[in-house]
Amino acid sequence: MALGFFFDQTRCNGCKACQIACKDKHDLPVGVMWRRVAEYSGGGWVDHGATFTPRVFTYYTSMACNHCENPVCVQVCPTTAMTKRDDGTVFVDDSKCVGCRYCEWACPYGAPQFDAATGHMTKCDLCADYREGGQDPACVSACPARALGWGEIEKLRAEHPGAGAAIEPLPDPSVTRPNLVILPHRDAQASGSGTGDVLNRGEL
Amino acid sequence: MAPEISRRSWLKWSGAVAGATPLLTACAPKQPTREPLPIATDGMAGVDKTVWSACVVNCGSRCPLRLQVKDGAVVRVLPDNTGDDSLLNRQIRACVRGRNMRQRIYNPDRIKTPLKRREGTPRGGGQWDEISWDEALDLFAEKLKHTIDTYGNEAVFKVYGSGVWNAHLGTSGGWMKLFNLLGGSLGYYGNYSYSQIGTITRFHYGNPDEQISNSFEDSIENGRMLVLWGNNPQETRMSGGGLVFTSLEAAKTDGLRIVVIDPRYSESASLLADEWIAPRPGTDAALVAGIVHHLLANDLHDQAFLDRYCVGFDEDHMPPGIPAGNSYRSYIEGSGPDKVEKTPDWAAAITGVPADVIRRFALDLGRTKPVNISQGWGPQRHANGENQARAIYTLANVLGQVGIPGGGTGGREGYYWPLTSWFDDGKNPVKTQISNFGWTDAIERGPEMTALRDGVRGADRLKVGIKFMLEYGGNMLASQHADNNRTREILTDETKCEFICVVDNQFTGSAALADLVLPDTTTAERWDLAPSEYTGDMAYLIMCEKAIDPLFDSRPAYEMVTGLAKRFGLEKEFTEGRDLEGWARHIHETKNVPAVPGMPSFDELKKVGVHRYHSPDGLTVALKEFREDPEANKLDTPSGKIEIFSSELWEMSKTWEFPDAERGDKITALPEHVATWEGAEEALEADAKYPIQLIGHHFKQRTHSTYGNNANLQEAHPQVLWLSQMDAQRRGIADGDQVEIFNDRGRVQIEARVTPRIMPGVASLPQGAWMRMDAAGVDHGGSVNVLSRLHPTPVAKGNCQHTNLVEIKKA
Repeated sequence: MALGFFFDQTRCNGCKACQIACKDKHDLPVGVMWRRVAEYSGGGWVDHGATFTPRVFTYYTSMACNHCENPVCVQVCPTTAMTKRDDGTVFVDDSKCVGCRYCEWACPYGAPQFDAATGHMTKCDLCADYREGGQDPACVSACPARALGWGEIEKLRAEHPGAGAAIEPLPDPSVTRPNLVILPHRDAQASGSGTGDVLNRGEL
Repeated sequence: MAPEISRRSWLKWSGAVAGATPLLTACAPKQPTREPLPIATDGMAGVDKTVWSACVVNCGSRCPLRLQVKDGAVVRVLPDNTGDDSLLNRQIRACVRGRNMRQRIYNPDRIKTPLKRREGTPRGGGQWDEISWDEALDLFAEKLKHTIDTYGNEAVFKVYGSGVWNAHLGTSGGWMKLFNLLGGSLGYYGNYSYSQIGTITRFHYGNPDEQISNSFEDSIENGRMLVLWGNNPQETRMSGGGLVFTSLEAAKTDGLRIVVIDPRYSESASLLADEWIAPRPGTDAALVAGIVHHLLANDLHDQAFLDRYCVGFDEDHMPPGIPAGNSYRSYIEGSGPDKVEKTPDWAAAITGVPADVIRRFALDLGRTKPVNISQGWGPQRHANGENQARAIYTLANVLGQVGIPGGGTGGREGYYWPLTSWFDDGKNPVKTQISNFGWTDAIERGPEMTALRDGVRGADRLKVGIKFMLEYGGNMLASQHADNNRTREILTDETKCEFICVVDNQFTGSAALADLVLPDTTTAERWDLAPSEYTGDMAYLIMCEKAIDPLFDSRPAYEMVTGLAKRFGLEKEFTEGRDLEGWARHIHETKNVPAVPGMPSFDELKKVGVHRYHSPDGLTVALKEFREDPEANKLDTPSGKIEIFSSELWEMSKTWEFPDAERGDKITALPEHVATWEGAEEALEADAKYPIQLIGHHFKQRTHSTYGNNANLQEAHPQVLWLSQMDAQRRGIADGDQVEIFNDRGRVQIEARVTPRIMPGVASLPQGAWMRMDAAGVDHGGSVNVLSRLHPTPVAKGNCQHTNLVEIKKA
């Protein structure tokens, strides 16, 4: 079994209630964001002199840890602190982490976050404590637009045919095999197409 | 096998410095031992209590929050857990701001104790003495009494502020009740949200407020087209129990086409729109005129509706005594006084929207019925805002869409207004009012202000300027009014306004301009009830239980005023023997429970938190009765009909005075496009000193300026200037550069976000940022009102904060 997130790109307005709900729940300091939201925009304007025609697209991607099938963070961790549970979720065993930040460097999604106060890595574990008590992860129940879900990845994939994770600005999912199902925005661009840019890089 | 990580994507996400791909060592994942997790079925395990509260700010919604309390502190914020994802029973999921409530409660900017400006130091000088509550209330009472005795009650003013919005008790705080018991204070009409449309609608629809359109729910049920005209629910109505949800549902509705009109590619455009049209700011009335021209050319207007329900569309339906050529049709066809035909090509040159787009959109509108044109409040927040608002109304009239399911009036999306049992402030014995925007004028030149020149209501003129000013839960003084530098000059002249008291729970820029600062609590530290607001066809009421004791030496405003009332010998009259909880209970049991079917008792509401209810009349179809029988259900206009030509405005155009008239300072009986000072036309002049139109959109980081000092929200949504690629290139500005935005009124330095998402020639600096002025007078916080202007609009005398011309350069 493997658990993962579902993200409906057609509903996300980039508000980041998910990010804040996560920070509130886990008391994360500024600089540590287990969930981040990227704005991907592209296109431009046709200038006719006195008038303009816009050809513009924008969409958001809310991203925590994708609890990958093939988690590079686990592979590169020299202390085996980065651990995959039986349910497929990946967490940091704090007793082993030495804060070398190798996982942060390796993860294509920027999921492991360094907490300068503790000198250790921290990350999303799909709110294991909440799940244990029958609650949804904090980000999922926070989303005003109902853009987030979670569950057994096979079930999510079955429920959303045509959804995937090969969408800009995310890397090709074939490498780490993220347990992530994205229902694409109408203007979603294929991974690696480079048709737009992440416009809010500083926020990630 | 080493996986090949996409270098480019990875760099994008992590912002790390490029280096060698790490060598991956294959290590088998294994299960470590770990502490068993505490089981919690509702948020955090082991808390003392979880109570219902709300985020009470002026965002147009209102969200419940469940606050978890442990050892007297709020330790976690939980979302609504009632309701579901159905259209009329939706869960009211709080937005990014409310979810950050803990950082508001425990903010380092919390005011801890009453502060008095240090004797002998200038106002705004930043020198304070901490004083006791007794000293503070003595001082307030003494200054208030002195003002009333010396200048009369008209010299007392509670300025606009919306940081505590639409809660039964907190919004009042009791201040006006005390003032009213003491003979009253100068009043104001209108508000910063919709000053122009709120005043001008009376002339068009007879409604003394805005005229709502049909609700989004009605469009979902019955509509074929929804036009969000300068309307951005995804960013201005962010509650998951309100329009974020219903507008998304509209977007998911088959057979409902959505068009967004906005110079910015807003979140509403990116998520909801089948089509996006980008006009220059302040040119909406011109766009409407071009559209109507094409409708007429194709006989797609609703002549029968115009004949029966409206006045002034054509020469056959004019009020008596008006010279020929003054109908809207004459204006459009070029047979009016200006002799200019308002063709799509004419409109294109002004609006920047290609004429073929205008023509195609006109045909879409004419052929897709029913259509709900729903305007936001951006178009009206301009120097010509009254006409902008009326023009959009007029388009809905020309299409005959008023009062039918799926249609609309051209006003903002409709709602079922909840029962709002405000704390009763009593009646203000002073009948004189200024506009919400007129207080700086009233401080500076009060006795010169008249009805015909400055829109004074209830009297021919002011007798006296404002001498005693209270700001409660607002940031008008420093950054939410206009021309912050000039406003500061006016406020720091102690010969004008003699006493300023600011009451807030955060030390804002406005607090810094006060003589006396009183520390209020947050909603979490007091009892209240919070009704919904503009949340469509689902109304609700939220219990706000006192979660924790007031922090530091703060007090709820009601308790401050109780102490003041005591000093005037009015304690009994003021409190009527109740504390805050007593009032909340009393209001709820005597007003809410009898009026709202199924409303739980006060104690029951403490448990369930939220009560939802709906209009017995079903989904909101505005002016349905008027449409059904216009003779029996006349509008409150002189003709009883919709006045596209307003006979009252015609009269006012002759009597109102504009002694120092600037371009656009005029009143027109028709919703004409008026070119104004610092409007699109001026920006386009070849030798324009300031060629960029600067607007200030509502921003996710904060509600106006509330939450603007929260570190998590600054991190999530940093303040940047939206600048088009074209304008950036011309100025050698790259994305991420620090730029200076300037005009004759001020200078702002901030990071530029070079984006395709804004129209060339337009920039946007999201409104509400907290100012950070340096010694050279440059604001590094990014407050758009450093650059906006105090000059009011012609009729409403309102704030036109989207009408600004600036230049931008690399800092």
